[in-house]
Amino acid sequence: MSGNGHGRPGFDVRKIREDFPILKSLIHGKPLVYLDNAATTQKPSAVIHAIAKYYEANNANIHRGVHFLSEFGTKLYENARVKIQRFLHAADPKEIVITRGTTESINLVAQSFVRPGLQAGDEVLITHLEHHSNIVPWQMLRDEKGLVLKVAPIDDRGEVILEELEKLISPRTKLVSVAHVSNALGTVVPVKKIVEMAHRRGVPVLLDGAQAVAHQKVDVRDLDCDFYAFSGHKIYGPTGVGVLYGKAALLEKMPPYQGGGDMILSVTFEKTKYNQIPYKFEAGTPHIEGVICLGEALDYVNGIGLEAIAAHEHAVLDHGTKVLTAVPGLRLIGTAREKAGVLSFDLEGVHPHDIGTILDQEGIAIRTGHHCAQPVMDRFNVPATARASLALYNTAEELDALAAGLKKVAEVFRA
Amino acid sequence: MHELGDLYQEIILDHYKKPRNAGLIEQPSCSATGDNPLCGDKIAVTVKVNGDRVEDIRWKGAGCAISTASASLMSEAVKGKSKAEFAALFEKFHAMVTGNGPSDGLEKLEVFSGVSEFPVRVKCASLAWHTLKAALEGQKDPVSTE
Repeated sequence: MSGNGHGRPGFDVRKIREDFPILKSLIHGKPLVYLDNAATTQKPSAVIHAIAKYYEANNANIHRGVHFLSEFGTKLYENARVKIQRFLHAADPKEIVITRGTTESINLVAQSFVRPGLQAGDEVLITHLEHHSNIVPWQMLRDEKGLVLKVAPIDDRGEVILEELEKLISPRTKLVSVAHVSNALGTVVPVKKIVEMAHRRGVPVLLDGAQAVAHQKVDVRDLDCDFYAFSGHKIYGPTGVGVLYGKAALLEKMPPYQGGGDMILSVTFEKTKYNQIPYKFEAGTPHIEGVICLGEALDYVNGIGLEAIAAHEHAVLDHGTKVLTAVPGLRLIGTAREKAGVLSFDLEGVHPHDIGTILDQEGIAIRTGHHCAQPVMDRFNVPATARASLALYNTAEELDALAAGLKKVAEVFRA
Repeated sequence: MHELGDLYQEIILDHYKKPRNAGLIEQPSCSATGDNPLCGDKIAVTVKVNGDRVEDIRWKGAGCAISTASASLMSEAVKGKSKAEFAALFEKFHAMVTGNGPSDGLEKLEVFSGVSEFPVRVKCASLAWHTLKAALEGQKDPVSTE
């Protein structure tokens, strides 16, 4: 790739970096190299300003007031829902449930879709590369109701072994729940194929899109998944807000997740009538400005275009793969043929935690640890890895800085 | 700005690469395990107690340079110490790495004084110490400093 970090014509990474004020920071006197985007992404000025603007000009509670601000706020909130619907290419805004994040979205499916009617011995099928948030909700149902959690294996590259996954779908399988992109390995999982496999046996599918939505176009109707979950803060939006897409026919049949205001039509002490979808699943005053500003973040992403973003990130990923594998003693963990945005690695003789501390002194922010995916660490027989993860504003030079930093790590440990 | 050299002193790197008293005592008087899963640091400590004194100590662990060197240097420092002497040393070490006390008199363990400048690494330096404390106090549950 060219030295200026351009992945394709028209995509100007220097201009994009201007949109993110935090990228001008100095950390320990060195320019910030932010490579922890799988944990959370930085926010563009458009999103930061929208948060302030909401409180300066629009703040009111929604869905209940007759006054101007409440009605206007409701409009902004529901507009954001439509933006999310279009972003996911869903059929209808009522299929977009607002949650606190991917974790809550998965828990909602566990509690309101899988739990009702669950018999001991019924199964949920996941894969070995899942984040803890797509493992623990099922274990809770296992402990409470006798659900059986089945795990499809991954190979040494970090790819899901599809034939094995297919064999694990049984007449008792209530749901297949898989990550679209692995947070610890970067593997892009062939979820469309998995949906086809599951649907052939009449089994619905939940996709954990936390690590996917910022890096590639997602079309839930093309994927034909039954549920799709993602978090706002991993796609340049605020923390504390997330999305659960669900096919309307399924959401209609599901009982509410939590009880409270906004999710009801009428309440007496004898009987409560629940609201329509998606409001049935949105108890209590929501994260109003979070939802509105997630809409701003999606506008920002759409303005650049996910195709251009993906092309740029892949160019940086390829460059990063090249310069990191040239570091003596470095081993990449996760070498799937199709990857997105993640470089997980270990360095011979150096614990990832020490790598993280030394790189931090160089202004380089990476994540070290188990990445909330301990089974993945066990699979590759490592206690932890170091992980650099990309966003649209990262450049080839930053990956060069990472490689140089890693050489410094080696020097410290050679002394 | 704190310097990296303050944290990764030569003696720490030496004990990381060549840990002392590594292994496990086959029939220990007491033992305990420690686990910091977020970092991926794990340790098992086995102790042979004679009367009130730590006669022998061996430990086995997987972790970063700070946690490994801390276990190694601790194992050297506590051999022959009474439980009360260990408790006093524990307090002094803990105060130093958390920035709440001087390093005077800690001898070799003074190399960990730089840790107080790196708050997220205090848990690494203190894992072995808390695990040994748990072993001597007969605590059964695994220890964590996270």
